[in-house]
Formats: sequence, C-alpha cells, structure tokens
Amino acid sequence: MRKVLIGNVAIAEAVKLARVEVISAYPITPQTIIVEKLAEMVDSGELNAKYIRVDSEHSALAAVYGASAGGSRVFTATSSHGLLYMYEMLWWIANSRLPVVMSVVTRSLGPPWNIHTDHQDALTIRDAGWIIGFAENVQEVFDMTLQAYKISEDKRVLLPSIIALDGFILSHTAEPLEIPSQSEVDGWLPPREPLPFVMKPGESFAVGNLGPDEVTMELRWYIWRAMERAKKIIEDVDKEYGELTGREYGGLTEKYRVDDADYIVLGMGSWSGDMKEAIDVLRDEGYKVGLLRIRYVRPFPMEDILKYCVPAKAVLVYDRAVSMGYGGILAGEASSILRGKTPLKSVVAGLGGVDMRSEEFVDSIKRFIEEYEMDKDVEWLNTYWLLKGGGEG
Amino acid sequence: MMSLPKLSSYETRGTLPGNPACPACPHNIGLKIVGKVLGDRAVVVVPAGCTSIISGVWPKAGIDLPILHVPFASAGAVASGLKAAYQMKGEDAVVVVWSGDGGAADIGFATLSGAAIRNEDIIVIVSDNEAYMNTGIQASGTTPWKALTTTSPIHGKTEEKKDLALIMLMHKIPYVATASIAYPLDFAQKINRAAEIRGFKFIHLHSPCPPGWRFEGGKTVEIGKLAVETGAWILWEYKDGKLEISPTSRKYIDRNNRKPIKEYLKLQGRFKHLKEDDIKFIKEKIDNNWNYLLHLIETLNKP
Repeated sequence: MRKVLIGNVAIAEAVKLARVEVISAYPITPQTIIVEKLAEMVDSGELNAKYIRVDSEHSALAAVYGASAGGSRVFTATSSHGLLYMYEMLWWIANSRLPVVMSVVTRSLGPPWNIHTDHQDALTIRDAGWIIGFAENVQEVFDMTLQAYKISEDKRVLLPSIIALDGFILSHTAEPLEIPSQSEVDGWLPPREPLPFVMKPGESFAVGNLGPDEVTMELRWYIWRAMERAKKIIEDVDKEYGELTGREYGGLTEKYRVDDADYIVLGMGSWSGDMKEAIDVLRDEGYKVGLLRIRYVRPFPMEDILKYCVPAKAVLVYDRAVSMGYGGILAGEASSILRGKTPLKSVVAGLGGVDMRSEEFVDSIKRFIEEYEMDKDVEWLNTYWLLKGGGEG
Repeated sequence: MMSLPKLSSYETRGTLPGNPACPACPHNIGLKIVGKVLGDRAVVVVPAGCTSIISGVWPKAGIDLPILHVPFASAGAVASGLKAAYQMKGEDAVVVVWSGDGGAADIGFATLSGAAIRNEDIIVIVSDNEAYMNTGIQASGTTPWKALTTTSPIHGKTEEKKDLALIMLMHKIPYVATASIAYPLDFAQKINRAAEIRGFKFIHLHSPCPPGWRFEGGKTVEIGKLAVETGAWILWEYKDGKLEISPTSRKYIDRNNRKPIKEYLKLQGRFKHLKEDDIKFIKEKIDNNWNYLLHLIETLNKP
C-alpha cells in the first residue's frame, strides 16, 4: 500500500506490522510522535500489545529488557539525552544478547538545548554490541525497522538493533512510501523464538550473575563473532526483503556511482540524498566521484570500504559527529580500515542541525579534489570543520 | 493457615547451603522464606546489591530460583516488562523484585515509584539492611540518624531514615506491609497475601546486618526482634483499604510495653558513640513515628 507518512509514523507502522508485544514509552523530542502513534494503535485495539508508560528513558530500556527476557518482541524509541540516559541499560541488553529493537531519532547533545539533528548521540554507543543502522529516507526507515527484527532475532545473531534516523529531516518530514500487507510481513517475519533464553517460573536459572573473569571476556568474544556473522545476515535479509518488496539497498552500504570512481565520498543518514545530487552534478561536469553510503555503522562495513576506497585516488568523509581531540568519527573508523592505503580527508559539518545543501557538497567535494590534484602526497591530518555563520572553516 | 511447622515443611526453593552470603546474613533468611512461600511460581528480579553476590559465581548457584540480575536503578521497570511479557503469553508467574535499600529508596526510587503508580502486578520486597552493605557500609537513604557508616564515620549520619513503606502507601497501591526477618511467619503470611492480590504489592523487610551494623553474627534474629520489641521497627499492613498494626507489634502501641531502646542500640557497634541525649532523642523519634502511624490509621480507617 502506498502512503504518505512522516518517518516517526512510518516506524509505528513497521512496529505494528512486526506484531510487537511490549512497548515502553518515554517522550523526548524529536522521537515523541513514534510512541504517541503507538499509543493510539494500542488504545484503539489496532495493535495487541502492552504499552508501559515509564518514568524515564533508563526505565524505558529496562522495561523492554524485562519483556524481552520474558520472551516478548519489544520496541522503544529515544533521542539525544534520552539515549545517553539509557547508556547503562544498552550494555546490559547487549551482553544479555536480547533482540531488542529501538529507534534513535538523532538529535544533538546539549548544552545549549538544541533539538536538531546530528549523529553524536547514536555514535556514542557504538562499542556496546548493538547493531546500528542509519537510514536515508522515510521508506528506508520503515524497511530497516522491520528488517531489524529479522536480523536481531536470527539465532546466528541475537543482538539488539538500533535504527537511527535524522531528527526532523526524516522524523517529521512526510514522504511517500510503500507498506507491505500484514500477511506479507507475517509470511516473512515469524513470531520470535524463545531465544537466547526466556525466564520461566519453576525453572531455576540466573541471568547476569557473577562469573569468572574469563567468562566476561568470552561473552564479549561471542558478541564479537555474532557481530561478524551479522554482516552476512544483514545482506541476506536485505536481499530476501528485496524479493518481497522490490526494494534492495545493498546490505551494509549503498554503492552510488562508485564503480569507476576516482574519488569516494563516505557519509550516512539523510544528507546522503544531497550528496547524491551533488555527485550527479559533479559527474555531469566530468568529475569521477561516487558515494559509498554507510547503512550500518555496526557491524562496520570494512570489506566494502576496502573494496571501493583502495582503488580510488582519495576519500572524503562527511561526519555529523566528532570525537574531540581526534576527528570525525566515521572518518576515524574508515581511515583505520584504510591504514594509509588511500588518502582520506575528514570533514565535520552539520552539527546541531546546521544545514548542508547539495550545492555545498558540490563546492566542498570540488575543493577536496583540487587539493588532492595539486598535491598527491597531501596528508590530511587535520579535520576540516565546515562552520557557518561567522566561524572559520 | 500458615504455621511455622507448615512453613518449615515446605520444600526449600530459595537459598542453597554454602552460598557466598556473610555468616548470619539476613537476606538469606528472607530469601529462604520467599522461596518457601512462592516456590515454583516466582521469577525474581534482583538489582545490584548483596544478593548479586549471594546468587553465587557461575557455573554454581547460591539461590534456587529463576533470577534476572539487573542494573541498580532498573528493577521496577524490568519487573514491569517481565510481567507484561507473561500477561501477553498468559503465563501465570509471580514477578518479585528482591531489592536492597539503595536499589529501592535511593538510586532505584524513580523506577520503583513508576511501577507503583502504574499499579503493576508485581511484588517488591525491599530487604533493608540500612546502608550500602555490598560496597562496604556506606550511608543510604534508609540508614538511621546517627548510625556510623564509612561515609558517616565519626559523628554518624546527619539525616533521617527515609520511611519508604509510608511513601509507597501514598502511591495508593493495594498492598503495603512492613516485616522483619526475625518474624518469619508474619513475613511469610504477608508474602502469601500479597501474592493473592492483583496490582502492586510492597513489603519493607527489616534486615539486621552483622558486619554492617557491627554486631556478632549469632545475633541477627535477636536484634531483629529487639527492633520490634523496642518499637523502633513497627510491623504493619495495609490491605483492603485498611491500615493495621500487625499482631506482633500491637502490644507495643502502649509505650510501657516497649523494651528500653538502649537494649537495641547497645548491641550495635554503629551506635556505640551515642550520648544519653542522642538516645533520648531517638526514643522521642520512635514515639513520634508511632503517633504518626496511629493517626494515619485513624484517618485512613474512618468509615
């Protein structure tokens, strides 16, 4: 069915179609509409689920942890400070291997108070053991949310998933999207199996109790291996979903005009659309440039980065998040994969929701190419800050 | 009817012999009773605290119950979610939060209050040993005035003990009670009654801690009894909209029947520095607590 929905409502539709059984809700802008829409669905009887109005984001994640440990398919959503308030529970869930699915509507961190997007919130949690996907548009937000259940609950994975979408740009912007029918989804996404465990009365079983140090390390190693396996599962699910709906995205990354590209742009999230426009313009002008769009930051698409960036002359990474004293977060991760094989430039832009238009991508990509052509041994050690409104770039 | 011989005859599902609890640990006593009464019906949520240790080191287990160990400030919400999952599946399980005082009165208070006001169908038992004992005796919200802890090491705690059970009563939940590990039958009956009620049930369990309160291990129950006999700990119960002093504590409504508070305090190293004036002041506080509670009973129970 074709509908015009904002990202937040599209998520609620995906949650409904996934037949989620327990939802916990705590409001924070720009996430709130997701849990409001779900409240309507539950209250009206459209969705048969328990809806828990918790006292905080910490409790929101704790409640779905409990429900997931009780065998339910679960959902919650948050943004920004809410995600950071959940921080402890994020690790608890990852180490418990429970297939919790959560939306993170990205928003900058204060002070100052600012409700607009950047990727700093979602990227603070990349070490915990959650699968983390970033969507480009409302259709993809919907598709990735539905796919997250299939991926997280796969017995070869059993890891929680976050689907991140840019605050307001995707969460509050209406776009046309295709929604599969309930019977199509039911045929593709079976009910959750009782994995990795389900707490039951009368069955003595301790979860999270003390263990020898070696067990802690081994457990993290199991997560590591599950994360490695998840790469293939994400690709498989993308393909089978493609067969079901006709929409296939490319797995961990989307490859946009990269095959013969001399210059690779790396980025993720909603501004990838502006990057694509910029690349089309540059291609028309004769620049051989392509976009490798990161769809999943965890597991990180190392193989794709090597495959498409090593043959290129140089790589330009746009980050909406920065590791202070180091550089753009995506840039740091990509360069650690490239290890000097290809020169890489890190650009930090769009923090706090500062807008980047496609013309600005055209300009900055052109400058990057010129810089490289002038000095092919250039060492881009410094991160370039694309400031607006008085700052110096 | 519950009786001591009947309680003793129940198969023990709770603490196991040789678990890592300190000698004469009150939590072991309490958990044993929880296990006996709820047996195969319970799933227990345990936030960080002494019981995280008592549960034992994998692959061994110190407690013979299904236990979900969770972060300090999360038990109320985890239990709510767990119960929701059982409700969705039609599974009949008694979800019990077994928490220490810190996990309930302090860091976990928001999540406890949230679960209570939603009237979640769970039982929360707070085994109150009146300080952060697992980390080595730091003052908590329920540490009594003047008690020595490692964060109130010389003059004792300067603040009052938070009256958690009364705070929970104000959430207008269907069941609130206080209990003591020294009165197993009273505690067992209260768990039993709580398990029959739908909605949020709260039991505040007084749990004297030998290393934390600095008394000899053999005296756990004796000190628990003295707390009740001196009137320092009042056993009461709120159910069916009525608040009542429990039978064991009823005779201490008359202050002349109460043992001198000194008898309770002098056995505990944490109160060894108290002056006569302090003891007099503590006695006044106890009188005030009784008056407050009796007034509340009179008001709440008015027809």
